[in-house]
Amino acid sequence: MDTCLQPSISRRSLLASTAALFATNTTAARARTVTQMLPWEPGMATPPVPVRPGPWMFFMADEAALVEAAVDRLIPPDDRGPGGKDAGCAVFIDRQLAGPYGRGDGLYMKPPFMRGAATQGYQMPDSPAARYRTGLRALADYVKVKFPGSSFPELPADDQDKVLAGLESGSIALKNVSGAQFFALLLQNTQEGFFSDPVYGGNRDMVGWKLVGFPGTRYDYRDWVERHNEPYPLPPVSIMGRSDWTVRE
Amino acid sequence: MRCSLAIASFIVALTGTASAQETQSFERIERGRYLAVLGDCGACHTAPGGQPFAGGLALQTPFGTLVTPNITPDRETGIGSWTNDEFLAALHEGRGHNGKRLYPAMPYPAYTKMSDDDVLAIRAYLVTVAPVRNQVISNQLPFPFNIRLAMALWNLLNFTPGRYQPNLQKSAEWNRGAYIVEAAAHCGTCHTPKTMLGADKTDSPLAGAPLQGWFAPNITPDPNKGIGGWSKDEIAQYLKTGTNKWTLASGPMAEAVTHSTSRVTDEDISAVVTYLKDSGAGGLTPKPGPVAANDNAMRAGAAIYKDSCAPCHKDTGTGEAHLFPRLAGSALVQSDDPTTLVRVVLQGTRAASTPSMPTAPAMPAFNWRLGDAQVAAVLTYIRNSWGNAAPPVAASAIAGQHMSLATAP
Amino acid sequence: MARKLPPKDVVIIGLGWTGSILAYELTKAGLDVVAIERGPWRDTASDFPPAYAQDELRYAIRLDLFLRPEQDTLTFRNNTGQTALPMRNFVSFLPGNGVGGAGVHWNGQTWRFLPTDFRLRSHLEERYGKNFLPNDMTIQDWPLSYDELEPCFDRFEKLCGTSGKAGNIRGQKQAGGNPFEGWRSSEYPTPPLKQPYGPTLFAEAARKTGHNPFPQPASNLSEAYVNPLGMKLGQCTYCGFCERFGCGNYSKASPQTCILPALLRFPNFTARTECEVTRINLDSAGKRATGVTFVDTSNEEWEQPANVVLVCAYALFNVRLMLLSGIGKPYDAEAGEGVVGRNYAYQTTSSVSVILKDKILNPFIATGANGMMIDDYNGDNFDHSGLGFVGGGYMGAGQTNGRPIATRPIPAGTPLWGVRWKKATAETYQRAFNLSTHGSSYSYRDCFLDLDPIYKDRLGRPLMRMTFDFHDNELKMSAFLTDRLAEIAKALDPAEMSPRPRQGPYTLNLYQTTHNTGGTVMGTDPATSVLNRYCQSWDVHNVFVPGGASVFPQNHGYNPTGTVGALAYWTANAIRDRYLKNPGPLM
Repeated sequence: MDTCLQPSISRRSLLASTAALFATNTTAARARTVTQMLPWEPGMATPPVPVRPGPWMFFMADEAALVEAAVDRLIPPDDRGPGGKDAGCAVFIDRQLAGPYGRGDGLYMKPPFMRGAATQGYQMPDSPAARYRTGLRALADYVKVKFPGSSFPELPADDQDKVLAGLESGSIALKNVSGAQFFALLLQNTQEGFFSDPVYGGNRDMVGWKLVGFPGTRYDYRDWVERHNEPYPLPPVSIMGRSDWTVRE
Repeated sequence: MRCSLAIASFIVALTGTASAQETQSFERIERGRYLAVLGDCGACHTAPGGQPFAGGLALQTPFGTLVTPNITPDRETGIGSWTNDEFLAALHEGRGHNGKRLYPAMPYPAYTKMSDDDVLAIRAYLVTVAPVRNQVISNQLPFPFNIRLAMALWNLLNFTPGRYQPNLQKSAEWNRGAYIVEAAAHCGTCHTPKTMLGADKTDSPLAGAPLQGWFAPNITPDPNKGIGGWSKDEIAQYLKTGTNKWTLASGPMAEAVTHSTSRVTDEDISAVVTYLKDSGAGGLTPKPGPVAANDNAMRAGAAIYKDSCAPCHKDTGTGEAHLFPRLAGSALVQSDDPTTLVRVVLQGTRAASTPSMPTAPAMPAFNWRLGDAQVAAVLTYIRNSWGNAAPPVAASAIAGQHMSLATAP
Repeated sequence: MARKLPPKDVVIIGLGWTGSILAYELTKAGLDVVAIERGPWRDTASDFPPAYAQDELRYAIRLDLFLRPEQDTLTFRNNTGQTALPMRNFVSFLPGNGVGGAGVHWNGQTWRFLPTDFRLRSHLEERYGKNFLPNDMTIQDWPLSYDELEPCFDRFEKLCGTSGKAGNIRGQKQAGGNPFEGWRSSEYPTPPLKQPYGPTLFAEAARKTGHNPFPQPASNLSEAYVNPLGMKLGQCTYCGFCERFGCGNYSKASPQTCILPALLRFPNFTARTECEVTRINLDSAGKRATGVTFVDTSNEEWEQPANVVLVCAYALFNVRLMLLSGIGKPYDAEAGEGVVGRNYAYQTTSSVSVILKDKILNPFIATGANGMMIDDYNGDNFDHSGLGFVGGGYMGAGQTNGRPIATRPIPAGTPLWGVRWKKATAETYQRAFNLSTHGSSYSYRDCFLDLDPIYKDRLGRPLMRMTFDFHDNELKMSAFLTDRLAEIAKALDPAEMSPRPRQGPYTLNLYQTTHNTGGTVMGTDPATSVLNRYCQSWDVHNVFVPGGASVFPQNHGYNPTGTVGALAYWTANAIRDRYLKNPGPLM
């Protein structure tokens, strides 16, 4: 029979105004055997699922408080704009840890786990979620000992900064956890939260992008490539749009 | 006398010279095969994954389901036992075996215009395809539509059988084009608006018609609403390759291009083009004034367009030939019925692939990204920018179309 | 027990660039072809439309389009004194996955190796004497010349629609192009991309300091184009979401935009996706392949018989399949014998980061392969006498992205967090850019691939083990290139600059390139190669490795894909025009 390059969902209709498009029984959107037809179905898309505001999905209440305080020191609020907390970095991290990233999906997790040279990469079996559980607890324990009667969120900002700096440099030792490695992970995730698309829960209102002047998901700069040394005037836009997309009444 | 001789010679010129006696000559079978391509029989009579012409494709009509019959030469489950007269009656009068009436899902109101010779050539070709045993219960309509006798009344109201009558004022090429468009290729079955009973509105042929979820565009020579702005070469290229500098065929037309029009001879395409440019249908619909740029929907639409659409369709709306349809100056974009536009934005669509234009680019779906008001706004924007002017699209229209897309399989 | 499928003429393992090119050539020639790809089908509008393709977190950080180590990975050690450990996460290099392979998300840098690269050992020994090269350096001449391969380079560039400016057309130097390049039979298919501010400033500085800058050859297209298969590509929009991302508007050359829709028009081609070939099957004598065995997503085994087997699984996995299938003698580094896994090489990159005083660079206006480069220090384009190393690389200023999770430079010494970090980040973003060098990586006795003795994949097969470190030659070369680049950077009158030459030891913890080469070297002598000059196995004549970078005897100072594409056409020609007519060893 004729080769056809359209899946039969675009099978022609018939009774004029009344005709229906008949979809075939092609199964999954992803064809396993592809021959003579380019797999395609209407509405096929895998956009990110927007993070919705709501209760913490991974953090316990005290963990969330700690992380919120920490991200607000890693990226403090100032006259340039909101800090990590208001930007939603803790929400971002929470949702990431509750999902495939937190679980460590896709990593090679077969034993034996052995320590090797630094050049051989991360060799521990802990997923990011596990590392946060142990890291946050170890940090909370440290604070309890070093600052009796206070938790990390209750410390004055200067002390919080000192703790973070100590973790970063390795001068503060946490029990059974590398403070420096945990700090690096927390910093990395915080900055991801500050600069990733707002659909993931952070970079609220695109504040991170506005800080540096990144236009977001814009996809056409043809008219601007050769406009050297000129500031780009359009506001940033994200995967779910921007306020100008809303029809004003 | 001279008149009827002239008519006769037109008919002969249109349909070839084989005599009815040479039923199985190679030329006749080949002519039948070609006519089956022109008529695109396989589009309906071949089920997905099924044997050629063995039927079994379920057609969803607003009256219920019909399943296409088996037209292979199988004697028990196909049409192998039919006589030639019965075959003629099916295509010309909408009458099936034993006088059973066909529903006009089978476009006999168009095929009735085909000459006896052409219909029998198709028969001769169908006799040669592999016989397939496939029992099909065609009529799955609910009561009262399942009473085929009711078609007698429908036919009385809406159908006049009769062969194509050439227009002696026009050239042979024009008449050939008319024959193809009105008869074999039955373009009006999709492109001509319908009455409530599903019959052609004879006062507005080819003026465009909705087909649940799509709008088959106006293909009259109207320069604002139809294809009057397309040159002959552009129409020909579209039919032959599925694309021209304006747009790319997708949806049901992609299939028509892939299975039918891309396999039609250059001469016949030229005839079709000649006819379409001069069909006498349509008129010159005046262009309305555009919606003002500072209208709220236009402003939102402009922002959405810049951020979402311009990376392909360009700030100027000019798109890229054979890749991204041109929106500026497009009659389809400005059509009164925005159904196709809404559908394409919500669900995306994929262009046809033909041998000389294999790319088959696809428009992505935006239904996850844009709410109804936003879809309406961006469509209003493209319909009223770059010199375009057309009625705005309402958010409620989008909501309605979600419903019909959800129920359409 | 594997279920046996009906036989095919050709089975292709992997449907990336080389798999797609070979599939098209052989399908068009009328053969019955099946391609088996372990990743999913990928298509522009459904997988990376310009509506969510521009998601840095998902694609550049979480690596959505790349191979998951859980599906396949390697073990690694710097030298034989260490126990190799698995790459539990990919960082230093990122193998692709899925239909289109890394061709979906590559940068588009499309270079040709130099004529002298193709006869590297002979050339260097002629110029500098036999004692110039270190004893443990195992570079070799290629078994074909640049001149022979030139028509295939041309063909691949025309397939892609590569944008650039020729510097040498049939011996005639062309102003504005690369004066050092090998001769070309024609101009590039499309003109060079427009250049943003940073590369433009670099080019001025390079000219001022006596170098020859030219636009980097880019398969991000400067204008719409129709390739010889009739495929239409669009114009690049400088979106800055190129490497690691699929292109949303058909303007980056990939198997999807250049080949696959045209290929699928042929009824004699089939692709099986999400099926992984586990081994190539041989007859009882071990001299002829009978086909392949693969598993589907339920881990059910299937056997696909075929007359010809093409190994198009990406450089690293080509080597692994040959080892697992017992084709060719595995390399034993200690004994110095065997060939499969020998001569693994990489790429030696470095950078000079620059912060200008008061400029608006708009780093987000970017493509994967734009930029102004110089080739004055590549290959043997300069006199190496007295320098203490061989090799070189191109260098210059590309502008690939301004995506802020990864790209937000700060002056040296700035804290990495806190109020001062925030200020520096905001104030530096528009003024900073990166210059880079892209140096060669020659082969050595102790840099190789073999099967790991400890770690297994999800199907129980041994992982491949990579033993690799930088040698003094490469580190010296990198220092030299970085110094030269820093001299040009100085001419930009920067507020600050940081030269970062490549340092040893080679670490997995830093992304460098995904240019893994060698392991199934092509050559003229079976003692030092796995494949002959037609990329045909010396041992099993109906097995070919058509041009993946595993065939490179060493890696030169350019991105590999241009040469990989050319060699794919080279092999396709040999199979179609010679092997099919007379199946057997072509040499």
